[in-house]
Amino acid sequence: MERTTLDIKVNVREAQGDCYIVELSGEIDVYTSPKVKDAIGDLIDRGVYNLVIDLEKVRYIDSTGLGVLIGGLKRVREHGGSVNLVCTNPQIRKIFDITGLVKIFGIFESEDAAMKALA
Amino acid sequence: MPASDEVVDVVDLRIPCKAEWVALARLSVAAVASRLNFSIDEIEDIKLAVAEACTNAIQHAHGSPYIEIKCEAAGGGLRLSVRDYGRGTHPEHIRSRELNDERAGGLGVFLIRSLMDEVDYDVHPERGTLLVMVKRLV
Repeated sequence: MERTTLDIKVNVREAQGDCYIVELSGEIDVYTSPKVKDAIGDLIDRGVYNLVIDLEKVRYIDSTGLGVLIGGLKRVREHGGSVNLVCTNPQIRKIFDITGLVKIFGIFESEDAAMKALA
Repeated sequence: MPASDEVVDVVDLRIPCKAEWVALARLSVAAVASRLNFSIDEIEDIKLAVAEACTNAIQHAHGSPYIEIKCEAAGGGLRLSVRDYGRGTHPEHIRSRELNDERAGGLGVFLIRSLMDEVDYDVHPERGTLLVMVKRLV
């Protein structure tokens, strides 16, 4: 039996160059967003300043999740880095649209496209 | 919404004022919205709005043991009341944000105002905060 969980899974993997991919699965809210914040913060602390954050398997994100992404972007920008997002879910994309965050994040339809845009 | 003579079905929910219970609140309210034949997109809007209201309570209503969520379902739509019993949040602390603002703060209130048709606050330093929001069926 498949179990559904109200949790978040974070999968971090190294990609080309000095870029890392952070793949998120599940729901990002006030309860789960600290786990995402820690994962992104650990990478930045290790000197990784170019990130692709893959939201394709994210079913839900709220303002605390957006806040974590904004915080990560601010930190990497201080080091000349950037954060690109992968997102094709219309409901998630809508949240970036109405908050105006489409103007500060690069949002792409695939990891490849997001990585190429970082290069 | 609703009209004064309209039958209103009421669903009450009380959750601990803790982050791990917000998912229960948003899923429960989504079930109520589903009963009213809101579209999937509208249900997602309602889920997010009630979660943002609960998150505000958790982050700002210091000392509130729980959050009360009242769903009033009628033909015209859904009225949601989210109440906490904390020391109250000054309105300046829950003000909405401006577009192009890269600060994370204020996003929750901005989202609530964007996704719901009516939003009203009653903030009291002693009695806590009551947030009432309405989503109309169109």
